[in-house]
Amino acid sequence: MTLKVLAIDDSKTIRELLRSVMEAAGFDFSSAVDGVDGVERYAEVRPDIVITDINMPKMDGYGVIDAIRKGDIDNQVPILVLTTESGDKLKSRARDAGATGWIVKPFDDVSLVSVIRRVTGLVA
Amino acid sequence: MSMHEDTPKSQVEFVTFSAGEQSFSIEITQVREIRRWSPVTALPHAPQEVLGVMNLRGSVIPIYDLAARFGLGQTKENPRNVIVVAMHGGQTVGLLVEAVSEILSVPRDQIQETPDIRSEMARQSITGVIPIENGMTRVIDLGAVLNSGGRAVA
Amino acid sequence: MGNPILDTFFEETEELLESLAEGLESMQGAEFDKETVNSVFRAVHSIKGGAGAFKLTDLVNFAHSFETVMDAVRSETLNLTPQILHTLTRSADCLADLVDAARSGRTIPEEVTAAFLTALQGCLGEGEIEAVDAWDNFEFAAVTLDLGPMDIGAEDEAYVAPTAAEDKAQVKVGFRIDFRPHRGLFTNGHEPALLLAALSELGQMTTNIDLSNLRDWTGFDPTDSHLSWSVDLRSDESEIAVQDVFEFVHGLCDLKIAPLMGSPPATQTDAPSTGPISGAIATPVGEPAAVVGVQAPKPALAEPFGPASAPPPQPAQMIASPARPKAKSERGEDGSDPKGPKATLRVDLDRVDRLINAVGELIINQAMIAQRLQDMTSNRDDDLVMHIEDYRLLARDIQEGVMAIRAQPVKSLFQRMSRIVREAADTTGKNAELVTSGDGTEVDKTVVERLADPLTHMIRNAVDHGLESREARAAAGKPPMGIIRLTAAHRSGSVIITVKDDGAGLNRPKILEIAKSKGLVPPDAELTDAEIDQLLFMAGFSTATTVSNLSGRGVGLDVVRNAVQALGGRISIATTRGFGTEFTITLPLTLAVMDGMVVTVGGQTLVVPITSIIETIRPLSTDLHKIGTDETLLSIRGRMIPVVDVARSLGFPSAGTFNAPLLLLVESEHLGECALVVDSVQDQRQVVIKSLESNFGSVPGVSAATVLGDGRIALILDPDAIASGRVTASYQKPNTILNAERPAYVNA
Repeated sequence: MTLKVLAIDDSKTIRELLRSVMEAAGFDFSSAVDGVDGVERYAEVRPDIVITDINMPKMDGYGVIDAIRKGDIDNQVPILVLTTESGDKLKSRARDAGATGWIVKPFDDVSLVSVIRRVTGLVA
Repeated sequence: MSMHEDTPKSQVEFVTFSAGEQSFSIEITQVREIRRWSPVTALPHAPQEVLGVMNLRGSVIPIYDLAARFGLGQTKENPRNVIVVAMHGGQTVGLLVEAVSEILSVPRDQIQETPDIRSEMARQSITGVIPIENGMTRVIDLGAVLNSGGRAVA
Repeated sequence: MGNPILDTFFEETEELLESLAEGLESMQGAEFDKETVNSVFRAVHSIKGGAGAFKLTDLVNFAHSFETVMDAVRSETLNLTPQILHTLTRSADCLADLVDAARSGRTIPEEVTAAFLTALQGCLGEGEIEAVDAWDNFEFAAVTLDLGPMDIGAEDEAYVAPTAAEDKAQVKVGFRIDFRPHRGLFTNGHEPALLLAALSELGQMTTNIDLSNLRDWTGFDPTDSHLSWSVDLRSDESEIAVQDVFEFVHGLCDLKIAPLMGSPPATQTDAPSTGPISGAIATPVGEPAAVVGVQAPKPALAEPFGPASAPPPQPAQMIASPARPKAKSERGEDGSDPKGPKATLRVDLDRVDRLINAVGELIINQAMIAQRLQDMTSNRDDDLVMHIEDYRLLARDIQEGVMAIRAQPVKSLFQRMSRIVREAADTTGKNAELVTSGDGTEVDKTVVERLADPLTHMIRNAVDHGLESREARAAAGKPPMGIIRLTAAHRSGSVIITVKDDGAGLNRPKILEIAKSKGLVPPDAELTDAEIDQLLFMAGFSTATTVSNLSGRGVGLDVVRNAVQALGGRISIATTRGFGTEFTITLPLTLAVMDGMVVTVGGQTLVVPITSIIETIRPLSTDLHKIGTDETLLSIRGRMIPVVDVARSLGFPSAGTFNAPLLLLVESEHLGECALVVDSVQDQRQVVIKSLESNFGSVPGVSAATVLGDGRIALILDPDAIASGRVTASYQKPNTILNAERPAYVNA
C-alpha cells in the first residue's frame, strides 16, 4: 500500500519541495495551504502521516496537531512538524502539543524520507 | 563562434545563391525557408538595400536586396528571383537573391579566410570563401549584413 | 529550464514581498490588527524557509534577523516606534534586493546588508539575534530502516545472551537500555516497535519485554502504556546515536541508557548464529512475568483483548464519520475549496503570444471575408452577412479573452514605486509619501514590464525636482510631508497613469532659459506655456542646476517619453505654480490591436490610429496659406494650424503642392493640432499591431505595422512623430531630439 502523506504549509515553495521529495520516494502526496485547510484535508485524505508547518495563517501547526489529536479520525497518526528552529524550547513545545517528531528546515530528501519511514515503520 | 569548435574535417552545409552575378552562401542552419518573391511594403527613409517589409505568416520581416547590400547594384526584377528567409540572433529577415544554386557540403577546413580585399563593406560581411567548380562562393556573415546600416534604431 | 521549484520559490517570494510591503504599509497607520503583524512575520518567515531549502545563505541570514525583530514586535516585547517601522520598511527593500540578487546569481556587497543588519540589531536593543542554525539541518541521525517491525527481534536473534558469562575480561560492548513508554508516547503517534527497530539498526539487540503491568485487567485503559522493555544492544555506536533514536520521545517515556559490559566483540562475531540461549542474564526491569521475543507490539497488545478494544485504533477502520459531511459542507458545491488560493495556471508566455497572433490572423481573415462579401454587390446573401457579423463578434470575444490572459494589475508595479519614493526622500532629505490608487487596474503584461523604468524615473523626478525642500515647504505653508500621487484608471479604451506631486510646479521662465542656454531653442524663441513644458522632454535637458545624486543617472524625460511612445502611448504635463505638477501617461488598452483609419499616402497604404484623429476635412484652397517656400498653414475656426505633407516626411513621392487636399486633423503632443495631408481614406477598421522592431528596428514616423486583408503589410503612422518633424524643421536646430531621430542616410 502506498503511504499517504499530507503536508500542510502556507509556502508553495515548501509544498512543492515536499511534493517532489515525497513523489520521488513513491508516496502518495497531498497538501494543504493553511491550518484550517489542513484539518479539512486530513479528514478527506486520511493520510498515514502528516507533515505540518507551524507558522501559518488561520490556524497554526499546534492548532492542527490539537485538532487531529482530539479528533475522531486516527488521532494517533504520526505528525511531523516542519520548523526552521532547532531550539529545545520549540521541540518540547512541539512534543507537548502532540507532535510525533520534527524536521528542521532546510531539510534534505534522504533524511526527510528516512524520518518518515522511521515514524511510520514503512519498509523501504 | 561555435563554428570553429568543430573538427576541421567535419562537414558544413551551405545554401549557395547568386546575387549581383556573384556567388554567396549562408550556413544552412541559418536558413529557414526559400520563398517566391512577392511585393513588399516600402519603409520610409530606408537605405537602398532595404526593399521593405513582407508578411511571413503574421510576422513582419524586412527584405534586403543582397546585391545592393554588397554594392553590386539593385537586383533587377526577374521571375526567378527568390527570397532566402534566414534567422540571426532572434531576427528573421529575407534576402532577395537572383537565384538559389545548390546545397554545398564541405569540410570545415575548406573554408578559406577572406583574402585582403579593399571593400570595407565586403570584408566586414564575408567570413570566408569556399572554392567551387567555377570560382568561389562567399560565406555571408548575416549579423554583419543586418547590423551595418539599414537600421534606424536610436 | 532551471529548477522549477526554485522558480516557484522566486514566484512565491515575489508575492510574499508584496504582502510584506503591504503589511508594513498598513502598520504605518494608527490602526492595524495583530494579524497584520503576523502576516508580515509569516512572509519573512516563509522567505527564510524557502531560501533555506536552496541554501541561499545571505537571504536566510538576513531574513532571520528580520524575522527575529518581527517576532519581538509580534510578541509585543518590542514597542513599534516609527523609527523601528522605518528600519523594517527599509529592510524589506533590502530583502527584496537580496531576492533579486539571488535570482540573478549576484551577491550584494556585505557592507550594504551589514548596515541593515546593524539597524535591525539596533531595534532589539539588548536582545541578541541568535545566529541562524548551521546547515547540519537534521537534529537526529538519518537512519534508513530497511527492516519492518515484524523483523525486529526475530526468533533466531531474540535470545542472544549477553556475553558477560562467557568471558571474564569485561569491556563495554554496548548499551543497556531500559525503556518504559508513557501514555503520551502513543498519543503523539509513536510506536515502541519502531523505536526498537531503529535501535536494532545500531547493532545486535536482545530485548526483554515486561508484561507485568498487564496482569491487572481491571480498569485497563487501552490508550495507556502498560509495557516496558529492557534492551541489550551490542554496538560500537556512541551513546549519542542511541539517544538520537529516542530524540522524539524524550519526556514521553522513562529512558535509561547505561553501558553494557561484556567480552570484546571479536569473540562474539558469530554469536547470533549460535541460536537462542535460554536464561538471559540481563536483569529485566520490574518483575519478569514473561520473557518473549518482541513481535510488533501492536498485535502483542491487541491479541489479549480482541479486536473490539484494540489500542491504538487502526487507521481507516475506526474512523468516525461525522467529521466528513461537516468538512464537505464547508467546501464549495463543486468540491473546490473556497478558502484556498484561486486556482491558477502557469503558461509559457510564448504560447499565449502564439494564440494572440493566431487570433490576430483570425480577425484579419474575418475582415477579408467581410470585404469580399461587401464587394459582391450582386446576389447578396443576407444570412451570410449576418453570419459574418457573428463571426466578427466571436472573434472579438476570443481576442478579448486572450488579451485578458496577458493582463496584470498595476499593483506590483506601484508597490515598487513606494520604495523609490522612500529612497529618493532619504537621498534628498525630503519627507515624501506615495499615495496610490487604482492599483487593481489591469494592463498588458508588457506594459507593466516596460513601464517600470520610466515610472521609476518619473517618481524619482517628482521627489527630486517636483517637491520643494522642507524649508521651502514650510515657507509656503505646506505640510512637511510631500505627497506623490500615483494613479491608474481605464478611460475610454485607454489606460491612464498619472504621477502627481504637490510641489512647487514648473518654473517655466527658468525652463526656457535653460533650453536657450543649451541651444535647444533659438535665443529669440517665443514659446507658449505648452511648448515650454514640452522642452522637458527634449534630450539633454535637465532642470537641476546642480546635479543631484538622483538626477545624475543620465536618463531624462526624453527617455521616458520614448518608452511611453514605444508602447503606443502619449505623455503630457499639467502644472500649477505653487501646487505641483502632474504627468499623464495615456496608453492603449491592448498592445495588440487598435482602431485605425486606413489611408493612402504617396501610393502607399498607411494606417493612422483613430485615437489621434480629431476629424477629416477637405478645406477650400482659400483656407490654405503658404508660408515661405514650402510651409503651409490651414486656417480653421479662426486659428492657424500647420499642414504636414506626410508623403514628403516619409520620403515617399509627393505632389508637393496641394489645392484641395484631404486633411486629417490630428492632436499633436508638440504643437497642439496639426493637419496631415493624405491622398485618400480607404476604410476604418481594427488592425492587429505587429512590431517592426523585433526583426528590423524602429522606423522614423512609423510606430508599427499591420497585415491588411490581402495579406500585405501596411505601416502604422506615428502622427506625433510626423507632426513634430515639422516643429523641428521650423526651428532649424540640428541638435534637437527630433532631428536626432532622423536617419542619417538619404531617402530611397
